[in-house]
Amino acid sequence: MPTPAVEIAGLVKRYDGRAVVDGLDLVAHQGRVTAVLGPNGAGKTTTIECCEGLRRPDDGVVRVLGLDPLADAHELRPQVGVMLQDGGLPTGVRAAEMLEHVARMYADPRPVDELSERLGLGAFARTTVRRLSGGQRQRLALAAAVVGRPRVAFLDEPSAGMDPQSRHAVWDLVRELRDEGVAVVLTTHLMDEAEDLADHVVVVDHGVVIAEGSVRDLVASADDRTLRLDATPGLDLATLAVALRTSGSAPEVNEIAPGSYTVVGGVDARTVAALTAWLAERDVLATRLTVGRRTLEDVFLDLTGRTLR
Amino acid sequence: MSTDEHAPRAVHAGAAPARRRVVAQTRFEARAILRNGEQLLVTVVVPVLALVGLVKVEAFDVDTAGLSRIDFFTPGVLALAVMTTSFTSQAIASAFDRRNGVLRLHSTTPLGRRGLLTGKVLGVLVVEVVQIVVIGVAAFALGWRPDARGVLLSVVAVVLGTAAFTSLALLVAGTLRAEAVLAVANLALLLLAVAGGVLVPADRLPGPMQHIALLLPSGALGEAMRAAFQTGTLPPWSVVVLVAWTAALGWGAARLFRWH
Repeated sequence: MPTPAVEIAGLVKRYDGRAVVDGLDLVAHQGRVTAVLGPNGAGKTTTIECCEGLRRPDDGVVRVLGLDPLADAHELRPQVGVMLQDGGLPTGVRAAEMLEHVARMYADPRPVDELSERLGLGAFARTTVRRLSGGQRQRLALAAAVVGRPRVAFLDEPSAGMDPQSRHAVWDLVRELRDEGVAVVLTTHLMDEAEDLADHVVVVDHGVVIAEGSVRDLVASADDRTLRLDATPGLDLATLAVALRTSGSAPEVNEIAPGSYTVVGGVDARTVAALTAWLAERDVLATRLTVGRRTLEDVFLDLTGRTLR
Repeated sequence: MSTDEHAPRAVHAGAAPARRRVVAQTRFEARAILRNGEQLLVTVVVPVLALVGLVKVEAFDVDTAGLSRIDFFTPGVLALAVMTTSFTSQAIASAFDRRNGVLRLHSTTPLGRRGLLTGKVLGVLVVEVVQIVVIGVAAFALGWRPDARGVLLSVVAVVLGTAAFTSLALLVAGTLRAEAVLAVANLALLLLAVAGGVLVPADRLPGPMQHIALLLPSGALGEAMRAAFQTGTLPPWSVVVLVAWTAALGWGAARLFRWH
C-alpha cells in the first residue's frame, strides 16, 4: 500500500478553549476524490486548514504526502493546490493576471490558456476580480488551485454559489484530476456533489468522523429501501410497527419530523398494504407516500440530525 | 500519458526558483498600487499638490533659514511620499488582503509567507522610486537644487524610513479590522504629516512637539531627508530612532500579526 496522500490521526483544534475538531481521523489516497461532508460548523474547514498549513493543530498528527504541513511547508507547498472557501483572490487585478501570477510560482505550471478555456474563464479574463460574480470567482480560485499541477488538491466547497453549468465544468475537472492521479480532498454540504464525485465520503459532525465509506457503502449500510410517509403528526409508532410486522421482517418506524415518518427494514409490497390499511382504520390520510432507495441525504440527515443549527 | 492512470507523478517539477517568485510578487504588488486610482492619488498626486502648495502659496509664511522655499520643503514632501506608500497604502492593502483571504491563499503557494512579505516590501520600494522621480522632476522644475552629496544619504534615509513604516503598516494591518485600518492609516498620516516633523521641521513645531517629533519615525525621516538634501549629512539621531522603531514595530508585527 503506498503512503496515503493525506493522513490525519487524532486531530484536535480548539478555538478559545472550545474543540472544533475533536479527535478526527482521515485518510485520503492518490487518484481518489475524498469528500468531507458535514453540516456548517462541523469542523470541515478547520480540518482542511490544518492540512494546508494554515492552522497549527493543538493535538494529533497531520501528514500530507508523508510531510508535516508546517515543518515541511517549503517542500510541500509546490505539490499542494488550495482553494479556500472565502476565495483569497486579490480584488484589484484582472482575472487573467491573477491566474498568470499564480502560475509564475511554479516551475512547470499548466498552460494558463488551456485551463482558462476548460473553466470558461475567457469570458471574464479582463474583468477585475472585484467585479466577478460568486461563481466566476469560484472558477478562478479553482484554476489557481490546480495551475501548479498539484499532487494533492484541497478544495473547500468548490461549487458553492455556482450555476449548474459551472458546477459541471468544475466536476469534470475534478474527475480529470483524479484520473491523472491527484488526490482531491473536497468539503461540501451538497449531497449531489458528494454522490456524483466522491470515491470516498467522510461524514464529519462536531469535529469527529461519524461515518465513512463509498457512497454505495453508506447508503447500503442500512436497508436498501425506505418508505417515507407524510401524515398527521403524533401517530402511535408502537402499534404501527406491530401492524407492519410480517413473518419475514419487522420494519422500524420513526417520526423524523412532526408528521414526517420513515419506515426502514424489509419494506415490501405487504408493508405498504398494511400501512395504508392501518391509516384507513384510523381515518388518517397520507399526503405523501413514497418508497425508494435511501439517498446520501437520508443517511446524512439520519446521522447528523434534522434540527437546524 | 501514463499507462496506469492512478500512478502519481514520479517527480513533481516543484516551485519556480525563489528569485523568480519574489520578482513576480514584487511586480504584482507594485502594479496593484500604481494601477489603483485612489492609491495613485494618495501616493503621487497628493505629495505633488502639497509641494506646489507649500512653495507657491506665500500666505503660508515660514522662516526658511535662508533657503529657497523649494529647497526648504522638497525633502519633507519626499518623506511624506515615502510614508504614504510604506505606511498608509501598505496598511490598507494588507488589511483588505488579510480580510479577503489573499494572504492565506498566497501563503499556501510556493511563494510562502516570507516570499509574500519580501514581495510586498520590494513592491513598496519600486513605487517609492516612481514617486521620488515624479516629485523630484516636479521640484526640479520649480527650482529645486539639492546637495549632490545628499542623494546617496537620502537613499539610506528612505530605506530606513520604509523599514520602520512598513513594520508599522503590517502591525496595524495584522491586528485591526480592515475598516479600522482604513481610518487609522489615513488619520495617522495626516497628523504625522502636519505635526510629526515631516513637512515642517521639528524645530518649527509648537511647544513640546519640537522634542516629541524628533522621537517619532516621521520626524526622524523628515529630519534625515532635510539634512541629506540641504547639508549633505545624515543625522545619527535619526538613524538611531528609525532603527529602534523598526526593531520594536517589526517585533510587534511578527508576534501579533494574525493571518486569519
